[in-house]
Amino acid sequence: MELTGAQIFLECLRKEGVEVVFGYPGGAIIDIYDQLPNYPFKHILVRHEQGAVHSADGYARATGNVGVSLVTSGPGATNAVTGIATAYMDSIPVVIFTGQVPTPLIGNDAFQEVDIVGITRPCTKHNYLVKDINELAYTVRQAFYLARSGRPGPVVVDLPKDLMQAKTEFIWPEDVSLRSYQPNLSPHIRQIKKVAELIANAERPVIYAGGGVVSAGAEEELTWLAKNLNIPVTATLMGLGAFPGNDPLWLGMLGMHGTYAANMAINNADLVLAIGARFDDRVTGKVDTFAAKATLVHIDIDPTSIQKNVAVHVPLVADCKSALSALKDVIEPTLEQNYSEDSHAVWVQQVKQWSEVHPLRYNKGSKFIKPQYVVEKVYEISNGDAIIATEVGQNQMWAAQFYKFKKSKSFLSSGGLGTMGYGLPAAIGAQMAFPDRLVVNIAGDGSIQMNIQELMTAVCNNLPVKIVILNNGYLGMVRQWQELFYKRNYCETCMDAQPDFVKLAEAYGAVGFRVTEEKDVTPVLTEAFALPKVCIIDVRVDPEENVYPMVPAGASLSDMLLV
Amino acid sequence: MRHTLSVMVENEPGVLSRVVGLFSGRGFNIESLNVAPTLEEGVSLMTITTIGDEQIIEQIVKQLRKLVTVIKVVDLTELKAVEREMVIIKINAEDAKRAEILRIVDIFRCKVIDVSIDELTIEVTGDHGKIEALINLLARFGIKEIARTGTVAMKRALQN
Ligand SMILES: Cc1ncc(C[n+]2csc(CCOP(=O)(O)OP(=O)(O)O)c2C)c(N)n1
Repeated sequence: MELTGAQIFLECLRKEGVEVVFGYPGGAIIDIYDQLPNYPFKHILVRHEQGAVHSADGYARATGNVGVSLVTSGPGATNAVTGIATAYMDSIPVVIFTGQVPTPLIGNDAFQEVDIVGITRPCTKHNYLVKDINELAYTVRQAFYLARSGRPGPVVVDLPKDLMQAKTEFIWPEDVSLRSYQPNLSPHIRQIKKVAELIANAERPVIYAGGGVVSAGAEEELTWLAKNLNIPVTATLMGLGAFPGNDPLWLGMLGMHGTYAANMAINNADLVLAIGARFDDRVTGKVDTFAAKATLVHIDIDPTSIQKNVAVHVPLVADCKSALSALKDVIEPTLEQNYSEDSHAVWVQQVKQWSEVHPLRYNKGSKFIKPQYVVEKVYEISNGDAIIATEVGQNQMWAAQFYKFKKSKSFLSSGGLGTMGYGLPAAIGAQMAFPDRLVVNIAGDGSIQMNIQELMTAVCNNLPVKIVILNNGYLGMVRQWQELFYKRNYCETCMDAQPDFVKLAEAYGAVGFRVTEEKDVTPVLTEAFALPKVCIIDVRVDPEENVYPMVPAGASLSDMLLV
Repeated sequence: MRHTLSVMVENEPGVLSRVVGLFSGRGFNIESLNVAPTLEEGVSLMTITTIGDEQIIEQIVKQLRKLVTVIKVVDLTELKAVEREMVIIKINAEDAKRAEILRIVDIFRCKVIDVSIDELTIEVTGDHGKIEALINLLARFGIKEIARTGTVAMKRALQN
């Protein structure tokens, strides 16, 4: 039987097991919307296309499955670009379908035409313009395959309107094979043995885990390695939760706002195992001094990540899960013979001491509510089981520092692109996937206004996300830079003209709370978290609190500004 | 150092801009780029010459391999390769200079492909060194126009 392009497209999504689509309609994509009610998946109508992609991204980060969004041509597609670039920088599997003007009009500056394939080329893993209805099913299949395999990433598929109306036989391609795309998944066993040997001989080893551990699902293998060999673990922002944040071997995050212990450990290590991490400049600080005393082992699925920023001694191209389980297979039989329980004991003791001397801390007893205190309370009240999304800025760093992530896939944050406005839609995506879990967006008063319209999406879909605004009246992180490095020239970072967030919540049909005193933090958060409703908790925090420790941009990790 | 990369790609729309965009977006340098179909249907060969230190060239090669439409990348610089470029040069050639120019044309085994009262247009093929040498020699007569194809290259036979 012949189906229309729109039907074929939706059949493909069904075959891919898609459960939810985040989208926004328009003329170029209307044929798909016309068929949508005949299909089993849920469509979430967002209020801005950037929100659609962030939601699909949040859904993907929380579940590990591919997120899907559907937008119209032209302005719909360009609105999606920030979301696409965000997913690209953090290697998140999302597939974005964009409507396009009919093929005969392509290139004619038609109404709502934009070359979205051209625009998104540098910020997608791959992208397609479908030109023939007979290629539609195969292209959609490929798009999902590319998004989720190898190093994951966003894929855009541009769908001209006339193809959605044309008809052909639906043939589902069972297999995908691309001669030019063969990600290397299994590790080289000789390299694995070398790594095992390095670990056996190391006195001061450190594991530096990144988002690759999470996307490969290698948390268990990582934890086995650390615990059995007694190796301290630090992680990037993207790697938070890959190793339990309440384990004694946990050092905290490293890098610009990393802990003293993590950065000192990296600086003094004789072996650094970088696993699914990419030596981002926010992590390394000054590259020449990063882990300067260490032999560097780098496990990554993407060969381009290796030797890009830092010269490593032992490169290992592989999926983190296969690499770590191969490593386990080599190490396990000789565990008793080569490693004693107190191997690296002196080192672990040293690291612990660094943690004790300079733990994460903030000045208590001030007249203001401290934002760190609020995050600590969010942690306590949620028992560490919430999914935390963040915006970007100080709020993001405090969430990363003061919420102890016990499980992976529970911290959703724009690491690579640093996109303000990410948190609320991402929280919506996660809440969609896990209706029964507590999902909290830790926000800044600046960032929350970048996609505040998505409140409506949350409210009308009964997605009871909690938005905790650490309201400092500033674009806090930029103000912090101005304070520290620009002679307190607070130019255009004071946000004293603000909406009334409580009334705003009410206007959208959500519940609003305002907290101005420390004693109210716990009761209000407790009340809000128990409400099966979308809540904004506007917490007025210390306007001039800073994030510490801080390694100034471009400085060595050892040059930390402490509290 | 100058490297010559042989890049086999799927011959589909946009593949050139993917490759070029990679270079511009990451701040790599392209010296010359040449694309044409191969014997295999649907496959084109690009020859790219680029300049950079070892670390940059390694990144370029890896980043190219990462593109979904790229089938194969070979750095011909490490292998014995044959390299050729074709260049068309239009040069000032008044009577007094003409004989000398023709002598150079002869030595370099170039071809004269167009003549006018005070100009000669010549065609030359050769490797990078030869082309540079010829251009240097002809410069003093006044080159009016130049069109280059960029390098095409191939691995020599009997190598794996
Ligand atoms: C879309 C976007 N624009 C600008 C920036 C630059 N920027 C980084 S942090 C920041 C301040 C964020 O302020 P706020 O959301 O109030 O959070 P706070 O730092 O106060 O917690 C800005 C403007 C950005 N990251 N993203």
